[in-house]
Amino acid sequence: MSGVGALGKDLLGLEDLSGDQIRLILDTAEPFKEISERAIKKVPTLRGSTIVNLFFEASTRTRVSFEFAEKRLSADTVNVASSGSSVSKGETLVDTARNLEAMRIDMVVIRHGASGAARFLAERIESNVINAGDGTHEHPTQGLLDMLTLRDNFGHLDGLKICICGDVLHSRVARSNIWGLRKMGAEVAVCGPRSLLPNAIGEMGVTVFEHIEDAIQWADALNILRLQLERMQAGYIPSLREYNRVFGVSRERLERAPKDLLILHPGPMNRGVEIDSDVADGPHSVILNQVTNGVAVRMAVLYLLAGGKPELAEAAKGGGR
Amino acid sequence: MPSRQTTVLDARAMDRVLRRMADEIVENNNGTDDLIIVGIQRRGVQLAGRIVRYINDREKVDVPSGALDITLYRDDLQTVGPRPVVGPTDLPWAIDGKHVIIVDDVLYTGRTVRAALDELADFGRPKRIGLAVLIDRGGRELPIQPDVVGKAVEIARGERIDVFVEELDGKDAVVVAATGDA
Repeated sequence: MSGVGALGKDLLGLEDLSGDQIRLILDTAEPFKEISERAIKKVPTLRGSTIVNLFFEASTRTRVSFEFAEKRLSADTVNVASSGSSVSKGETLVDTARNLEAMRIDMVVIRHGASGAARFLAERIESNVINAGDGTHEHPTQGLLDMLTLRDNFGHLDGLKICICGDVLHSRVARSNIWGLRKMGAEVAVCGPRSLLPNAIGEMGVTVFEHIEDAIQWADALNILRLQLERMQAGYIPSLREYNRVFGVSRERLERAPKDLLILHPGPMNRGVEIDSDVADGPHSVILNQVTNGVAVRMAVLYLLAGGKPELAEAAKGGGR
Repeated sequence: MPSRQTTVLDARAMDRVLRRMADEIVENNNGTDDLIIVGIQRRGVQLAGRIVRYINDREKVDVPSGALDITLYRDDLQTVGPRPVVGPTDLPWAIDGKHVIIVDDVLYTGRTVRAALDELADFGRPKRIGLAVLIDRGGRELPIQPDVVGKAVEIARGERIDVFVEELDGKDAVVVAATGDA
């Protein structure tokens, strides 16, 4: 039943989507929020669809969020992790997916360490493919849930000033945020050590702040990225303590801002490194709202990718009351 | 699209019909106890709102009301694909043991009502579920019948019926128009 709906066959990245498509996903996510508040948190929409969650990298939040989204739409789900599967025996990504497809599946949600893995797979299998994070490329559903959370709080995205703080170089979350937010008319800046910013960051149309204090003066919201601890060994930063002293978002720093800043973080957090606990747990933190919105956004994406062909939907308009 | 149009109900006639429907709902229920009025997105919600207001005019009771969007319960997602716009479902009442009246603008195949019954079952177990529709245009594909009908209308092949409500369309009217693809 995999088909081509308003988003096309796959969701690989926000770079590929138009502003209207992003708006459609965010608007569709709104009514899905309510389903998770019901006593019976389930609608029959994707009954009979089979979805494989193919996770080649560790993930709690994203995998569980996708699984909840799938189950609340009544899809049948199977989780495949790289350890304990034939992947650990050296099977290639395409062979794994083709074998799964031979068992008649409808969608694949893939997380993979290699940038471009989702597209590579999407071009080789019939099923819909959703990118749940590929290397340092994109993590589109995270970008979407960040945008939904910002829109919930500000009522709009156009004209908002969002600063993405930290390890932008290795962050697929940063890339999806930059593509998505700019298409929705927001102003985007980044702030972090030069060693953790891409060389070509200027070409992405963002402002660069060298000092976190300047970013805090400018922004309406901060999206604080996780400092991947293995970066320290690789020599990108001198020490975690120094990183916290120079770039850490603390209450003292936020108190000097001209207005209250909304605080986002994609998780998992390193408390006391990129974000202090009293900020993470403070009144302007929407970090757990992001997690709640993640389920609704993923339900919307699954819903919009599923089903038949737009020309049939057009023909059926107005009929069948 | 210029085409033949016949007005089935104008604003005043529609108002009279809705008032009578409100009276019938209360009469069938022997009063307003345990009554919950639920409109189906989209225009059923506005019609349900009117009915609640007319019940209040007569009975001086605010009957609880809600809205159902049945898009996610449709049986044609696999064939016709997702409807891009999913409206809000808002049913903040416990419906167990209650008399729920589903309100919709037009009853045709009955598939929307089938979906609404499925959705209500996910919210609880009402003692009774009734169906009130402004227009019954026949053409049922499922064994579903209304309890309260505003007006039954014969629709010829190649015609469609449109319900307009002030809140969304700026006017109240029910109009039969040619679809042009007869």
